[in-house]
Amino acid sequence: MKSTPYLLSLPALLLFAVVVVVPLVMTVALSFHDWGQYKGIEPVFILKNWREVFTDSYYGEMFARTFRIAFFVTLLAALFGAPEAYILNRMKSPWRGVFLLVILGPLLISVVARTLGWALLFGGNSGLVNKALMSTGLISSPLPFMFTEAGMVVALAHVLMPYMVLAVWAALQRLDPQIENAAVALGAGPFTVVRRIVLPQVMPGILSGSIIVFVLAASAFATPAIIGGRRLKVASTLAYDEFLNTLNWPLGAVIAVLLLVALVLIVVSASRLVERRYAQVFG
Amino acid sequence: MAFLVLENLSKTFGTHKAVDGLSVSVEKGEFVALLGPSGCGKTTTLQMIAGFVEPTSGAIRLEGRDLLAVKPAERGLGIVFQSYALFPHMTVAENVVFGLEMQGVAAAERTKRVAETLELVGLAAFAARFPRQMSGGQQQRVALARALVIRPQILLLDEPLSNLDAKLREEMQIELRQIQRTVGTTTILVTHDQAEAMALSDRIVVMNQGRAEQIGPPHEAYERPATPFVANFLGKTNLVNGATVRPEKISFGVSGLAGKVRTRIFQGNHWLYQVDTAAGLVTVIRQNTGEAMPAEGADVHLAWQAAS
Repeated sequence: MKSTPYLLSLPALLLFAVVVVVPLVMTVALSFHDWGQYKGIEPVFILKNWREVFTDSYYGEMFARTFRIAFFVTLLAALFGAPEAYILNRMKSPWRGVFLLVILGPLLISVVARTLGWALLFGGNSGLVNKALMSTGLISSPLPFMFTEAGMVVALAHVLMPYMVLAVWAALQRLDPQIENAAVALGAGPFTVVRRIVLPQVMPGILSGSIIVFVLAASAFATPAIIGGRRLKVASTLAYDEFLNTLNWPLGAVIAVLLLVALVLIVVSASRLVERRYAQVFG
Repeated sequence: MAFLVLENLSKTFGTHKAVDGLSVSVEKGEFVALLGPSGCGKTTTLQMIAGFVEPTSGAIRLEGRDLLAVKPAERGLGIVFQSYALFPHMTVAENVVFGLEMQGVAAAERTKRVAETLELVGLAAFAARFPRQMSGGQQQRVALARALVIRPQILLLDEPLSNLDAKLREEMQIELRQIQRTVGTTTILVTHDQAEAMALSDRIVVMNQGRAEQIGPPHEAYERPATPFVANFLGKTNLVNGATVRPEKISFGVSGLAGKVRTRIFQGNHWLYQVDTAAGLVTVIRQNTGEAMPAEGADVHLAWQAAS
């Protein structure tokens, strides 16, 4: 029967609708509701929250910060992750396995624990690294790390690095094992081999890794919450505060919806770009 | 003095001797095949010439110079890999020109030589294609053009035809031979296919367990194999009363070794027989001349000339 495939996928579609589509629609609807300190949420249709977010420069700054951090995290992850994957790929067993575990191991540890590690090393006067550097006289005051954008970028890049390494690693695995030898035999030096032969071929991997890292960095919660705290808010921590501290759910919903829409737009256009650019070559 | 000399070359991986005291001299312009089963050390030998693997001991000399002292990138050898190892993100022309760019050849000269080389391998119309858009045979020609365009002192071919289907492989054998004759580049072919080695090369080096069992022209190695291994590897053989006889040298006669035909297989241009005799099972190959041949179960007599 023609309808059989649809009937068979019905249970999964139902589950998807209940746990994804319905909450999303409810969140969008919520963003148009009214809210007052004493009256709570009123189920009416108004644009007050949207107007507030678009007119108050506080929100503009906050979104700019969110995407600025995500951009630099992605850049840092690509700059360190891609060479890391290349070196890893050239290692011989057993070292390759050992170092792969070292790189992927942090994925087994909670993000909170990993971020708190950074806080322990750099947190104010009592941070281990700060203490050590000050005692050697290299610096006179602690390195600013907590409650700074730079701190958030470094900690997030560390947390998200494995995703970049894995994406680039997967691209490297598809490389012809003889291809570097072929370039060397034609007279290419090691730097030329990487720049003209390896890098162009793993570029799709770097770009897909970048999309993953960018999205995860822009929507990350735990790391910005610990490093940025209340002083330096990003979209996810602000939405959290609106929902759970101010209890202004409609305003929180606006922020959440805006973040989602922006990320979907960025991801879709970026992957379109990647596909069009490389379809002919790697199709 | 020989052009390329491999002298007592050895390579040990752990406790395994991949190449064990191999000595070969190759003349300028010669086409030499390293032939042997997988694991016989032929590919390791090629990689040592290319510089991707360092010998444990021994020497490689090119025109009297020590080749081992030269970095792989500076050896100027043309290599065609089994997988072709084309650069997938570059067009055919970009693939071929790469080696010339590395040598710092001037732009005008580069364009001219790429066009000439693509003409030579019959791909002049495909310069703007990407490797992915081409057939296996065409990719093979690109790999050959990329190796030849740098005018290498030696052309190394690593199982270059093994990824092609049988018919295309035969065509490419003829073409490869013609191209090599045209450009006159000293060529070393690594293959496990004895027909390919015999069809292409001036001399073959039959290798087994890291050693050369026999070095000589294909015809000589086939007719006068130095060892039982060479005899077996280069074609079908019969061991009759202690003598090695090729199946096509045996004919049916009125007298000779008596036997009974066990199986008869028709293979187009020849008949393949298995005959039960007092000396054991004997394989016989007879040309198909259109005449009637003994059927299965027939009593026959086998005759042959004693090997010289």
